[in-house]
Amino acid sequence: MAIRDVTLAGLSRETLLDFYFKMWLIRRFEEKAAEGYTLGKIGGFLHLYIGQEAVATGLISQLRNDDVVISSYREHGHALVKGVDPNKVMAELHGKATGVSKGKGGSMHIYSAEHNLLGGYAIVAAQLPIACGYGLAANHQHLDYVTMCFFGDGAVDEGAFHESLNLAELWSLPVIFVCENNLYSMGNSLEKAWSVNSLEPRAAAYGMAYEKVDGMEIINVHEAGQRAIERARAGKPTLLEVITYRFRGHSMADPGAYRPKEEVERWRSQRDPILLLAAKLREQGIATEQELQQLEDRASGIAEAASQFADASPFPTMDDLVADVMIDPTGAIAWRHQH
Amino acid sequence: MDQPPASFQDLSLVEALRDGLREEMARDSRIIILGEDVSMGGIFQATRDLRAQFGSQRVWDMPLAESAIVGISIGAALAGLIPVAEVQFADYLFGAMRQIVNEAAKMRFRSRGDWLCPLVIRAPYGGGLGAGPDHSQSVEAFFAHVPGLKVVIPATAADAKGLIKAAIRDADPVLFLEPKRLYQQSNGPVPTDDYVVPLGQAVIRRVGQDATVITYGAMVREALSAAEVLATDDIDLEIIDLRSLQPLDQTTMLTSVHKTRRAIVLHEDARFGGFGAELAATISEQCFAVLDAPVVRIGARHSPIPAHPGLEQTILPNATTLIQAARYLVS
Ligand SMILES: Cc1ncc(C[n+]2csc(CCOP(=O)(O)OP(=O)(O)O)c2C)c(N)n1
Ligand SMILES: [Mg+2]
Repeated sequence: MAIRDVTLAGLSRETLLDFYFKMWLIRRFEEKAAEGYTLGKIGGFLHLYIGQEAVATGLISQLRNDDVVISSYREHGHALVKGVDPNKVMAELHGKATGVSKGKGGSMHIYSAEHNLLGGYAIVAAQLPIACGYGLAANHQHLDYVTMCFFGDGAVDEGAFHESLNLAELWSLPVIFVCENNLYSMGNSLEKAWSVNSLEPRAAAYGMAYEKVDGMEIINVHEAGQRAIERARAGKPTLLEVITYRFRGHSMADPGAYRPKEEVERWRSQRDPILLLAAKLREQGIATEQELQQLEDRASGIAEAASQFADASPFPTMDDLVADVMIDPTGAIAWRHQH
Repeated sequence: MDQPPASFQDLSLVEALRDGLREEMARDSRIIILGEDVSMGGIFQATRDLRAQFGSQRVWDMPLAESAIVGISIGAALAGLIPVAEVQFADYLFGAMRQIVNEAAKMRFRSRGDWLCPLVIRAPYGGGLGAGPDHSQSVEAFFAHVPGLKVVIPATAADAKGLIKAAIRDADPVLFLEPKRLYQQSNGPVPTDDYVVPLGQAVIRRVGQDATVITYGAMVREALSAAEVLATDDIDLEIIDLRSLQPLDQTTMLTSVHKTRRAIVLHEDARFGGFGAELAATISEQCFAVLDAPVVRIGARHSPIPAHPGLEQTILPNATTLIQAARYLVS
């Protein structure tokens, strides 16, 4: 089959294949993480991003390095697309000294200053006011970076959501609020949590620009992101409500009995963002079967290597463990550790 | 070994707790439960099957809104219900701090007793699951500091049941902190009859002569196993499980220290500024003349809790830490 250097919705072949690769990278990475958890190498809570890959990929791929990303505990995908080394993310999950936070933060707290990845937050909605603070500072410093803040539908129920949206609009903060609406907050479905079934009237309540996006169609995600980023650079926030679905349980510990099997199956078989993009690429003759396979294999290889890297890495030492709590100008803290 | 009498059951801590909740709900229709995913039992299954038995008007699933979970519970308590709110992890209590500290704890005082706030807030706390910096904290010191708030921590299955009943029947707001690493432990028989463990009563878990260990929660088990090891060295520990931090049973603690003349206070929370500092100061003030040595405090290192389970264990105290400290103190 001849490869046409066509564009799809204004996106080059190169960009489209990059999307395809990154989504596979996230999926394979998460599958490897799940394996590590099952083998007992990863402890605590592990929240997978499988099913939601198009959201982080479609949005973060178009950010500059100085743009800030801040997210929830379901943030491995955001970190990978922002450019953080998969080895270091996987090592963090394993609690190893080579992880982004020396294994002390773990799966829910991936930070990388070099990439302006301002962390995962395990306290739901904690990241929204913090994103506003970054926006405030950008305005104050006359810098034109934007802050993209990811959170789930459950975060909307916290007061912090409303406090943040109001101020972001009032103060014209360059923040993009991305609600990854996967229809459930842990076992609680949207119907049991939201008095209105959409964020549109909530955005309207604060006079904020709003778009609803099909989060399984990466091209739509990308387009909505482009508009929101432009708006943010011009000094106005946006609320994006991205409809998506997690294919696995809330965390590895969750059997997910509250979701009808048929519902999960329908999303997996008909709305898988990777399969949807693959179909488009084939249809339009943008990539050969072989090329698609190669991209997938490359992603698998990187995930496998990350897992091996994590396995081979050492655990932090006691000095690492008690470091970075705070600076110790008087030596009082060190003294306490010795006595 | 004698078989326990037929009126005892072997239950895990969470099963005993659930039984306590169920029996109280059956006894008093004013009791309601509110929390995230409680209709499905909650993360740790403490409220499992209660929705099926008591219906949706008594077991309320709440969205992610901790401040509202507590605030709504306060309102319902003032109006005559007895809410038992579940905050899914104690770490999320900070999101409800304004309601707990500023509203619940002061209601009786501010209204000169016209309004009481018979509310229980249950929250799993502490480490041992490798759940990382925001899901492993020990929070008791923050709350024990607040006048008007009771703080209760069970260490055994039988106490979990007896204390939750006492907390529900108490007319003041009670923060009921559950050591989450003990949920699946069954440590001792649980009476099947309707019993209450009064708030503010410590219990001596082990009688000894050489030093008193004052502790609570998950550290009780660590202290008991340390005592077994030390017994082979001829060091005989007396172990006190406080069960309530507020109100605090000073008599049991001080009487014991007068006898042994040495005291170790032990908790999982960070040592610096921890509840143990209050205990140590009280003992020093009250037992100064009889003490053979300064009170020893054992707690976690001054660090957030790291994520990896193995790393976490190196930060938190355990039986070994206590064994070392006791050998040093008694030698
Ligand atoms: C303040 C707070 N309350 C409760 C929790 C427990 N919790 C963790 S994730 C979660 C559900 C969040 O759902 P959502 O925001 O939709 O994100 P999703 O998991 O679907 O990505 C809950 C209840 C928490 N981490 N923080
Ligand atoms: Mg959700």
